[in-house]
Amino acid sequence: MDLAFIKEYLPMYQEAALLTIRIAAIGIVGAILLGLVCSLIKQLHIPVLRQLVQSYIELSRNTPLLIQLFFLYFGLPKLGIVLESETCAIVGLIFLGGGYMAEAFRSGMEAVSESQRQSAYSLGMTQMQTIRYVVLPQAVATSVPVICANMIFLIKETSVFSAVALADLMYVAKDLIGIYYKTDEALFMLVMAYLVLLLPISLICSWIERRVRYAGYGN
Amino acid sequence: MRDMGISVLFQGNNFVRLLIGLLASLRIAAIAMALSVVFGVLVGMMMRSKHGWIRFLCRCYLEVVRIMPQLVLLFLVYFGAAKHLGIDMSGEVAAILVFTFWGAAEMGDLVRSSLISIPKHQYDSGYALGLTKWQVTVHIIIPQTVKRLLPSGVNLLTRMIKTTSLVVLIGVVEVVKVGKQIIDASRYTVPTSALWVYGAIFLLYFIICYPFSKLATSLERHRKEESV
Repeated sequence: MDLAFIKEYLPMYQEAALLTIRIAAIGIVGAILLGLVCSLIKQLHIPVLRQLVQSYIELSRNTPLLIQLFFLYFGLPKLGIVLESETCAIVGLIFLGGGYMAEAFRSGMEAVSESQRQSAYSLGMTQMQTIRYVVLPQAVATSVPVICANMIFLIKETSVFSAVALADLMYVAKDLIGIYYKTDEALFMLVMAYLVLLLPISLICSWIERRVRYAGYGN
Repeated sequence: MRDMGISVLFQGNNFVRLLIGLLASLRIAAIAMALSVVFGVLVGMMMRSKHGWIRFLCRCYLEVVRIMPQLVLLFLVYFGAAKHLGIDMSGEVAAILVFTFWGAAEMGDLVRSSLISIPKHQYDSGYALGLTKWQVTVHIIIPQTVKRLLPSGVNLLTRMIKTTSLVVLIGVVEVVKVGKQIIDASRYTVPTSALWVYGAIFLLYFIICYPFSKLATSLERHRKEESV
């Protein structure tokens, strides 16, 4: 292990990690919003839109991110839609994540018992009010563990962005292996970078999951 | 659109080549899944071990697998093995190794959670009827565990099939690689080929994965209705 080499190229990893974090953050927030909107459309039974949303969810959940990215990055320019690799990555991540998040919210909303809804209606609440004040708060609480798991999944998925020429952690590692043959150092730093990124999030998630479970028992 | 680029899919044996490429991906997923089930059962039983340190090791193993992106693991094995063990491992073998390493951990966790979800009275009733430990395991516990395991197991298989798309990045010739070859070969004759080829691969993956995820959902629903 060449420590001087590690020291020299650490800033490259740092930069790449920041890029990963930035894209993942935008992607996750976007995915949560898209997922929420999709699950609301399904919940409200809006015709046509509901079927569209359903097919979107199935499409995004049943295809690999890499192929989605290739389609966006190499395929769409043939139709005259040219996306930069960063935009491409964010769009791909939101497309993929939106489906997963929508499912998370849906299962949360399904877990809210029918009597809760009926009670809200009998209090004279409209459908929107019922969803806003009764269903959503409970649904979000129950879907938190799934949303957390999805977040980790999405951050992990960012590792394929190197395939659309984005200088992320994988890209830097592949570069260093290719240029200097420093396989050990490059891979070591790669693993470390992902550990530093994801271990805290994973720990926080399992902590949250425990808290939510306890909250559930209190009912 | 002056020229229907979709024709690129059916020129010569392009479509058949894509399907053969897809088969290579599916073979990796199938072998890795079969191995994952075998090792996953072992890991799952180890996770319920009486010894704390074995449980701790399993915990660490699971955490590593959960945190590391599969692509990183693929790189570690593919490049690491070449350098340290001096093995020129083919990308396909590396992929099967990594997917099994990943699948065994996930499967182990599924086995563990379905084992603990079986109430204690199931064991006790079995013993009360005079069944031996072996009989209780084979006739009472395993059938119920399998039923609980199936939906999430099928889900894992879908995830594995989707993840096979990554192996193109370590040089395995599979559906994406074949797609790239077709695109390169028809760069001048059919300029829009990238759109059609990647679109086709996108749909192919969907066609393969969709039935499995539907199956998982219906198995899950079936199980829930049964237990009510």
